[in-house]
Amino acid sequence: MGRVVLVTGAARASAGAFIRSLQDSEEVERVVAVDLRQPVHPLGAAEFVRLDIRQPAIAGVLAGHGVDTVVHLDLQGTPSPLGRSRTAVKETNVIGTMQLLGACQKAPALRRLVVKSTTGVYGSAPRDPALFDETMRSRALPRGGFARDAVEAEGYVRGFARRRPDVAVSVLRFAHELGSAREAPLAGYFSLPVLPTVLGHDPRLQFVHEEDVLGALHRVLAPDGPAGTFNIAGDGVLLLSQCARRLGRPTLPLPLPALGWSGAALRAAGAPDLPAELVDVLTHGGAVATGHAREVLGFTARRSTAEVLEAFLRRRGSGPVPPQRLAGAVDLFAGLLPGRKEG
Amino acid sequence: MADAKVIPFDDDRGRGRGTGRERRMRTEGGERGSGTSTRRSTPGEGPLKSVPEQSRSEGEPVPPNEGRGEATPATEVSEPSMLERLLGSDWEDRAAHGLAFLRRRLTGEYEVDDFGYDRELTDQVLMSLLRPLYEKYFRVEVRGLENIPDEGAALIVSNHSGTLPLDGLMLQVAVHDHHPADRTLRLLGADLVFVLPVVGELARKAGHTLACAEDAGALLERGELVGVMPEGFKGLGKPFAERYKLQRFGRGGFVSTALRTGAPIVPCSVVGAEEIYPMVGNSRTLARLLGVPYFPVTPTFPWLGPLGAVPLPTKWTIQFGEPLPTDGYAPEAAEDPMLLFNLTDQVRETIQHTLYKLLVGRRSVFF
Repeated sequence: MGRVVLVTGAARASAGAFIRSLQDSEEVERVVAVDLRQPVHPLGAAEFVRLDIRQPAIAGVLAGHGVDTVVHLDLQGTPSPLGRSRTAVKETNVIGTMQLLGACQKAPALRRLVVKSTTGVYGSAPRDPALFDETMRSRALPRGGFARDAVEAEGYVRGFARRRPDVAVSVLRFAHELGSAREAPLAGYFSLPVLPTVLGHDPRLQFVHEEDVLGALHRVLAPDGPAGTFNIAGDGVLLLSQCARRLGRPTLPLPLPALGWSGAALRAAGAPDLPAELVDVLTHGGAVATGHAREVLGFTARRSTAEVLEAFLRRRGSGPVPPQRLAGAVDLFAGLLPGRKEG
Repeated sequence: MADAKVIPFDDDRGRGRGTGRERRMRTEGGERGSGTSTRRSTPGEGPLKSVPEQSRSEGEPVPPNEGRGEATPATEVSEPSMLERLLGSDWEDRAAHGLAFLRRRLTGEYEVDDFGYDRELTDQVLMSLLRPLYEKYFRVEVRGLENIPDEGAALIVSNHSGTLPLDGLMLQVAVHDHHPADRTLRLLGADLVFVLPVVGELARKAGHTLACAEDAGALLERGELVGVMPEGFKGLGKPFAERYKLQRFGRGGFVSTALRTGAPIVPCSVVGAEEIYPMVGNSRTLARLLGVPYFPVTPTFPWLGPLGAVPLPTKWTIQFGEPLPTDGYAPEAAEDPMLLFNLTDQVRETIQHTLYKLLVGRRSVFF
């Protein structure tokens, strides 16, 4: 008797990869994939149910398929690939999570709930500690956008965990992903030819690789996977200026209000948006401690923050000022020094 | 007994001369305590001239490189080229070093730690910018560096004064340049520091972080040397009339953090920082308007504009005291308010006493 896993947000490419990898696991008997739109990517043997999780119909799916594990991936920072607006995304994030949890509460067979959240819940504020662990809370709530949605959704998840102590509830807070620009706001930002930055600030950033996202989800779904909240991030941090130089993209430092206007200008030009919470990230940044995940969950991200950026660089290519060219120019100059054989 | 009196003089002078010569040779100075030893030895130089040879022949043999040996490399270079005469004999190495640094900076191939500390930038740029202020302007004399452990965590607790937190920066230079084990001081700064653009960015790159129990604990657990000024703005922005009177030491949070991590507390007293901006008044209205804890009015600021913001060139002394161990307590000690108050008072008293002692020994504010 294997497990029946329901995965929300299946239309996203990253969710598709997770659903396919889930079918390789022996304990999993069936996978039910749910989303508002038909995914364009293959889902393997998974059964796709076209459904809006904001509607109560989700309860019927849970009962009808005898679902014992719910993996809630439909907590998204960017509008869906199929062009939903920010308002609709917020509704799915908050109302969808509420509705899903309501349905979960009525599903007696349910044993495990996994929610994919973000380290954005810690916010990006100057008055906060440099490293957040899972027990800390920001002194200032995130201003809006996805991070705020995630804070609210996590609140409902905590409420659910209190009401259903028999369900193992795990919340994974992932650092920034650098996958496709559609799904990762920072990937979109790093694809700009010139990176607008906040004058006088050089935030610390932390990334996580898509494979590590899958790895962490699988680890927490394992039979001995512990309940609880875990930060998942690559080791180390990079400063925004470092990222820009490694990617070969020049930065354009702007005063804080001007960055908001440049966001509007970018939107008008059809380029990837610069949402408000991304501006916060680009101002103060932040980093999380991953010790709890290492000790309790037994999971360590295999790619460090720097390696995630390197992988992104390989996939995307470097910007207008490749670091190799700069290094070459410096080496050329070093070669001009008399009496020096090597540079 | 007569010998015992003579030998320290001799040692002192030998060292003073050596470093004096080294200083002329090298471009970068900064030998620990060299300034004081040269100054102290000059009056006695004439009559005691024969003593060095005498005591050397009795005691240890002269190492070949000591003293006179230092002069040889410069004389060996027979005909320095034009460039070498202009830029110094090691200019090529320095240029190559600078280019390698530039290359790493331009390509982003340097490391920062989780708190944003950029070691390379701090060592090569930030410290070089602060060093003239430390050595030439405030002529800081540092004592008791041996009280800072060579490895492992320690919490340095210092008084705070001077309107602008220059004392913290000078502490950092003192530890960075003069501690034999090459330790880095990670200061805990007020949240205002990290709210401000540029200042906050540089503070993080210099290894400082927000003064909160979480960050302090995390740094101490990593075995770092953490510096804290528990007086905070109360000490920094106190009127000139109250100079060298320690303010309340916060709520003793630093003791609790030290107890939790078992890190020894090293009391530190800074003399000289109080007089850099004699704050005779405080414009509360302006402070509230600007959102800062105080707005200093000194005899020169804001009357002379930016010129009034130049600190007075006082002579500083930094004294590190005996470390206070915190590892002998039970695990629940960090929660015991009575113990926390006692330890806080003990640290505070030590610093206050050292301050008075240093003040009594001080000849003048400026020399």
